[in-house]
Amino acid sequence: MKTVTTHSGLVDSFLPWLTCVAMLAALAMVFLYVPNERVQGEVQRIFYFHLPSAWMAFLGFFIVAGASAAFLWQGKRSADLLARAAAELGMVFCSLVLLTGPLWARPIWGVWWTWDPRLTMTLVLWLIYAAYVLLRVFAGDTETVARYAAVLGIVGVIDIPLIYISIRLWRGIHPKVEQMAPEMAWTLLVCTGAFVCVFTWLLRLRVRSLHLHDEIRALRQHVVAAS
Amino acid sequence: MWAILWKDLLLELRTKERVSSLLVLALLIILVFVFALTPEQLHQPAFGSALLWVALVFAGMLSIQRAFILEQERNCFAGLLLCPIDPGQVFFAKFLSNVCFLAIVEAVVAPLTLALLGLPFSVSLLGLPLVLLCGIVGFSALGTLCAAIAVRTRAREIILPLMLLPLLVPLFIAAVNVTGALLAGEVWTGTWFRILIAFDVIFVVTGWLAFGFVVQE
Amino acid sequence: MTQPTQQTSWVVEARNLRKTFAWTPVLNDISCRIAPAEVVGIFGPNGAGKTTLLRLLATLLTPTAGRLTLFGFASSELTVRRKIGFLGHESYLYPDLTPEENLTFYGKAYQVPNLKDRIAQQLESVGLQDWRTMPVRYFSRGMEQRLSLARALLHAPDLFLLDEPDAGLDPRGLSTLHATLAQAKDRGKTVMLTSHDFERSRELCTRALILHRGRIAWQSDAALPSPQEFIEFYTAYTR
Repeated sequence: MKTVTTHSGLVDSFLPWLTCVAMLAALAMVFLYVPNERVQGEVQRIFYFHLPSAWMAFLGFFIVAGASAAFLWQGKRSADLLARAAAELGMVFCSLVLLTGPLWARPIWGVWWTWDPRLTMTLVLWLIYAAYVLLRVFAGDTETVARYAAVLGIVGVIDIPLIYISIRLWRGIHPKVEQMAPEMAWTLLVCTGAFVCVFTWLLRLRVRSLHLHDEIRALRQHVVAAS
Repeated sequence: MWAILWKDLLLELRTKERVSSLLVLALLIILVFVFALTPEQLHQPAFGSALLWVALVFAGMLSIQRAFILEQERNCFAGLLLCPIDPGQVFFAKFLSNVCFLAIVEAVVAPLTLALLGLPFSVSLLGLPLVLLCGIVGFSALGTLCAAIAVRTRAREIILPLMLLPLLVPLFIAAVNVTGALLAGEVWTGTWFRILIAFDVIFVVTGWLAFGFVVQE
Repeated sequence: MTQPTQQTSWVVEARNLRKTFAWTPVLNDISCRIAPAEVVGIFGPNGAGKTTLLRLLATLLTPTAGRLTLFGFASSELTVRRKIGFLGHESYLYPDLTPEENLTFYGKAYQVPNLKDRIAQQLESVGLQDWRTMPVRYFSRGMEQRLSLARALLHAPDLFLLDEPDAGLDPRGLSTLHATLAQAKDRGKTVMLTSHDFERSRELCTRALILHRGRIAWQSDAALPSPQEFIEFYTAYTR
């Protein structure tokens, strides 16, 4: 009986603290440090959470694709679980983008939703993530389904440039960030760092919990076989 | 590969269920939209093109699903995998048979739609079949891959549209815009047409390469 | 890559095969060698992995680990499939096509030469020549099973893999099956079959395996045991 210990203790004991510190720093900078944007005022501060969320959603997608390719190549269970965890997290951050987007749009443009290219793109991404997660839910946890999901993950990433181009051509308004004040750039940087920490931490937690699920199942079978 | 294609066409000839049911379904979808819209909206080329593609996508999804449900009945797909045929060729056979069926359906539905909406035939004699075929090719390529996955899961009726529709977004936007321009008598061979072609090429190749991973157990 | 990867006289050479379903092992550490003209009976309780083993050998499944060589080729090579005839629980026949059309399809897929004559001959040998233009949907279970046998043997394979071939066959079908297998044995073809009935398979088999919980629990040596002995082994090894 092999026990799974895939994580180094150092990173895992360090990462939660780093995440807390980075997040507190990010909150402090967003609410205390950075000045109001000239035109949009207070509400623009949501941007410092909106944009990093979008980046994390994209990051999730590329991890899914990379891990999927690795899984198809070598058939390792850990790659499959990484893809699954990244998809779930990607969907969470996609949801954050879709929630903060309307909150920002309402006071600025007077509508909850605009079909601007980036928001639309996020919506399509969210739908692809949803299909991926639901496929794994509906189809059960087998090697075959892992391969299906991997193919879907890779097809999704191949599709992204096409989706992006076509949505861009289809419609186009989004706040253009022309020149950012240095304070704003710093705040954005710290926020992004904090989000990367949160993302990595959650990803590792989720991967580990999936591995533990496997272990429990193996132990259960062991017990059944022994009795 | 030709053996599988021959068998699919023969099966359809025997039962005639796929093409006939698709035809009726496509017409029903168009009818539903005609009732939902006002007469003024109906005669705009943009609506004509949207209508055509909505009908095609939904009928096409049923068609592509049939292609694999057919193989499930006596687990014939396993019999197919026993044969010394490369998975890539199985993909092409399934893809081509689906292109055939959808092309037959569109050959009837497209002129009927134009007639029903009072849109001009003359501008689109050469362009429309070409654009429709390009759309059908891209749709069938991605659809074949997704349906091969969906058919072997629980709840396959629901999982196929969930997977396929978001991935089809670029194809759909491009096809609707090309057709819209075509029906309005404008230049239609621009960027949108190129996106359509790119989609076709990318997903025919992807499907061919990825099919092996999907059918392998 | 049509050259065998290694010169060998073994039909099947399995080394430490392992297959998991839903990430749990169904077959574990299966190693065996099977020579031409052997008839191997695979026995074991339900869920022992008999069907999985046959499907692995038929290349319908890919092993999770281990190496499987068929006729000296890696099992992933397409050419080995030409030499394998597989009869499973399902018939793999299209219900809306007639026997002739079904066999024509499989014959084309396997590139069988003189297909028309071969089909006529196969249909006659399973006694279905009078039904050749009737869609398979209207066939009885036994008829379908017989036609499926004709399908599995259409391309004259050298290795027959039969998963409980006697299930659902009427006496006529059973005698066809036994005659076919005896003939195959005489012609130096290799047969592997799963069965629950040792007594009836005994006269055909040259070797017996007992599979239990995904492992080969017991293999017969040169001589097959008597039915009584076999039952003793079976109860001892599948506890």
